[in-house]
Amino acid sequence: MKERLVLVGNGMAGIRTLEELLKIAPDKYDITVFGAEPHCNYNRIMLSPVLAGEKTIDDIILNSQEWYDENNITLHTGKTVVDIDRRGQKVIADDGTTACYDRLLLATGSNPFIIPVPGHDKEGVIGFRDIKDVDTMLVAAKQYKKAVVIGGGLLGLEAANGLVINGMDVTVVHLGDTLMEMQMDAFSGEMLKASLEERGLKFRMNSSTVELTGEQRVSGLKFADGGELEADLVVMAAGIRPNIDLAKKVGIHCERGIVVNDTLQTFDPKIYSVGECVQHRGVAYGLVAPLFEQAKVCANHLAGYGIAIYEGSTTSTKLKVTGIDLFSAGDFHGDESSEDVVMKDASRGIYKKVVLRDNKIIGAVMYGDTIDGAWYFQMLRDETDVSDFREHLMFGQAHLGDSGHGGSNAASALPDDAEICGCNGVCKGTIVKAITEKGLFTLEEVKSHTKAAASCGSCTGLVEQILASTVGDYSETPKKKAMCGCTEHSHDEVRAAIRDQKLTSIPAVMSALEWHTPDGCASCRPALNYYVIAAWPQEAKDDPQSRFINERAHANIQKDGTYSVIPRMWGGVTTPSELRAIADVVDKFEIPSMKVTGGQRIDLLGVKKEDLPAVWADLNAAGMVSGHGYGKSLRTVKTCVGSEWCRFGTQDSTGLGVKIEKMTWGSWTPHKYKIAVSGCPRNCAEATIKDFGIVCVDSGYELHVGGNGGIHVVATQLLCRVSTEEEVMEYCGAFMQVYREEAHYLERTAPWIERIGLSYAKQRIVEDEAGRKALYARFLVSQEVFQIDPWAEAVEQDHIRKDYIPIKKLG
Amino acid sequence: MSNWIEIGKVEEIPKQGARVVETAKGDIGIFRTLEGEVFALRDRCPHKEGPLSQGIVHGKRVTCPLHNWNIELESGEVVAPDEGCAASYPVKVDDGVVYLSLEANPDNS
Repeated sequence: MKERLVLVGNGMAGIRTLEELLKIAPDKYDITVFGAEPHCNYNRIMLSPVLAGEKTIDDIILNSQEWYDENNITLHTGKTVVDIDRRGQKVIADDGTTACYDRLLLATGSNPFIIPVPGHDKEGVIGFRDIKDVDTMLVAAKQYKKAVVIGGGLLGLEAANGLVINGMDVTVVHLGDTLMEMQMDAFSGEMLKASLEERGLKFRMNSSTVELTGEQRVSGLKFADGGELEADLVVMAAGIRPNIDLAKKVGIHCERGIVVNDTLQTFDPKIYSVGECVQHRGVAYGLVAPLFEQAKVCANHLAGYGIAIYEGSTTSTKLKVTGIDLFSAGDFHGDESSEDVVMKDASRGIYKKVVLRDNKIIGAVMYGDTIDGAWYFQMLRDETDVSDFREHLMFGQAHLGDSGHGGSNAASALPDDAEICGCNGVCKGTIVKAITEKGLFTLEEVKSHTKAAASCGSCTGLVEQILASTVGDYSETPKKKAMCGCTEHSHDEVRAAIRDQKLTSIPAVMSALEWHTPDGCASCRPALNYYVIAAWPQEAKDDPQSRFINERAHANIQKDGTYSVIPRMWGGVTTPSELRAIADVVDKFEIPSMKVTGGQRIDLLGVKKEDLPAVWADLNAAGMVSGHGYGKSLRTVKTCVGSEWCRFGTQDSTGLGVKIEKMTWGSWTPHKYKIAVSGCPRNCAEATIKDFGIVCVDSGYELHVGGNGGIHVVATQLLCRVSTEEEVMEYCGAFMQVYREEAHYLERTAPWIERIGLSYAKQRIVEDEAGRKALYARFLVSQEVFQIDPWAEAVEQDHIRKDYIPIKKLG
Repeated sequence: MSNWIEIGKVEEIPKQGARVVETAKGDIGIFRTLEGEVFALRDRCPHKEGPLSQGIVHGKRVTCPLHNWNIELESGEVVAPDEGCAASYPVKVDDGVVYLSLEANPDNS
């Protein structure tokens, strides 16, 4: 017989946990759900747009009755669970319905805090928590004129905005002197107040309510300063309190919330709890983002996997008032030990403040232009050292070089038909529709359902913004990001385990780190293959089946399933006989197209897979080897003419480029890796947008790193200057090796340098001479293993060559 | 009922890999999982006709090399949230030899 799981609380946290559980253990439990409200699970954070008339109740339903039916979940709506028989493992509802459990999940959420002033129980005094409250407000707006909202926080302002839209005369009564003081500092709070006043909201700041007056129905408020205000409707939005009545009654340990450990288990091991009713490591969250992280962890334990750990969440907030963009995260007030970096432009309505401590972001608040909120938030969570680009910090990520979306900075202002994802042609409207209709909450979900940000990723910031403005507050991912769905471990943890435990094969890694899947997925296998061969070049065996097809077939797959072939041309230098051989191959195999590449090579396009070994054999015979134009590996060393011919050349850039390519070719790297050598500062080889760029000067060589000519155009940063070719080789090899050893798979040098900081690279390569020499030595050892021409291997070895041809040809 | 055609030895298909059978009606990919199970699918992704045989095989799925759609090897069904289906063909291994039938399984097209 199946085990029984009972969920008390038919809201977002509880149902999300069930969804996560059904994904990994669909048949483990018979599930029963109790909900006090007479509805299916709906998106509570979208109540404000419902009040404002921008959405209907139907729009915000997350799980319809069909969903419960399809998953064989027994749903009791409109029934409040009033007691739990912990010994008998049974819950009892107010109408006498009972349900037995093997595991119980409490997700009772929170209640609005009703300030206990005299008159708080009069008719017309409500909180803002559920559909019933919204209905009450909408009815009141038709019959009455004056409304007062107590509390100028997020919820209060959204309620007030909605009531104004419904035609009421609304005053927000606020205890402090700054609106949303949990999210705003004084300056941005003033800007917010001004724009809300333009919309017709009135404010009574620094006001403490002492009494609600009236007969049966409320008619006014009295304040501590003696003032009075008329009101036909009072909405209390002075905060929320975890709803722990039930848990407390049955003796489950509670403080402010129901106390849970890192597995979301309460003090009763059979009872778990998630959501706003929970207190974890002393914190009770009142936002939605942490719920999803909690749901995932809790489901993992309910399914009996027992691996996941919840370590708390860092949250950020957005106000859902259409047309107002604000963002805040972390400690944006700061203290004596922190510094503020501030940009104010009042007439454009823009204010940004970033709070730094030891050159790390600890908080940020933004008003008017919030495009970089996600970027600051990411750096806050990653504890990124910003000293290397601090002077550009306030101008945003676009200023660091982004060819895709530098122009647009406010997703909320974009029309529905604005194209957000240029790769997959996804418009804003499509994304918003998917988020609301399918109940998406994370970037990963939006990517998989809409394909936005799923190809090159340059629109990730915009997609995150749309997600944030559509669902309210949201947190992209847990701080520690798992490599993929097959594991809980991050890239860094996996790399460390491979190194420390000497794991030399993919199965060894999967078993040591308890992979959830028997043989991984298309995302983790290539990463693991790279990690083991990079860490243990002499011990680990390359696994072709875990490589992407291009690296398995040593050629680039094209959209029609044919391949492109690029022979290596050292430093971009070629000869008549090489060109003749290439021309002959093209004729012989009727290759449809030839093209000169950006990296100074010749690309033969449209080669049939079964012809590949024969094409290579001919190119090999003319002295050419694989150009690795297909690999996460050294691609090309691009050069200019240099001092041999050029009247401006200061050094032999061509000769040096050839030497560097002979040293570095064949090496596997986390992502593709490009080098260029320019013979003078005119930089004709475009060395300053390469992963490693050398600019020759009269006195020697400038070494530049971390450039990228791709999605985000990033110019290199100067690593150092050296004076001899030997030094260039050593620094070049050492830099490549530290990137090979420490970057995440599919992370190019530009984002890697942004993550670790140029200072770190300088310390490893420039300042630490012994370390540099050791890195260089390790690079050369690895090259002894990997500097082999894969084309020649395929040509010479029957068992490899036959993989290129069909196993059988039928009629 | 099925017309079995001998394809070759099972070891000729790499584990976690695939080989192609050319037919008059287009290529069919013969896949072999880590566990040694063998499956046959039309070698065209329902998305943009990518050659599935060139993808990475994991579990009982293959990931298309063009745009990373995941396809169930057993049924040819595309893994949600993407949608579609690649035709699957009956295939069996008898005494180390792989046999294929060219009559696509009826439950998909």
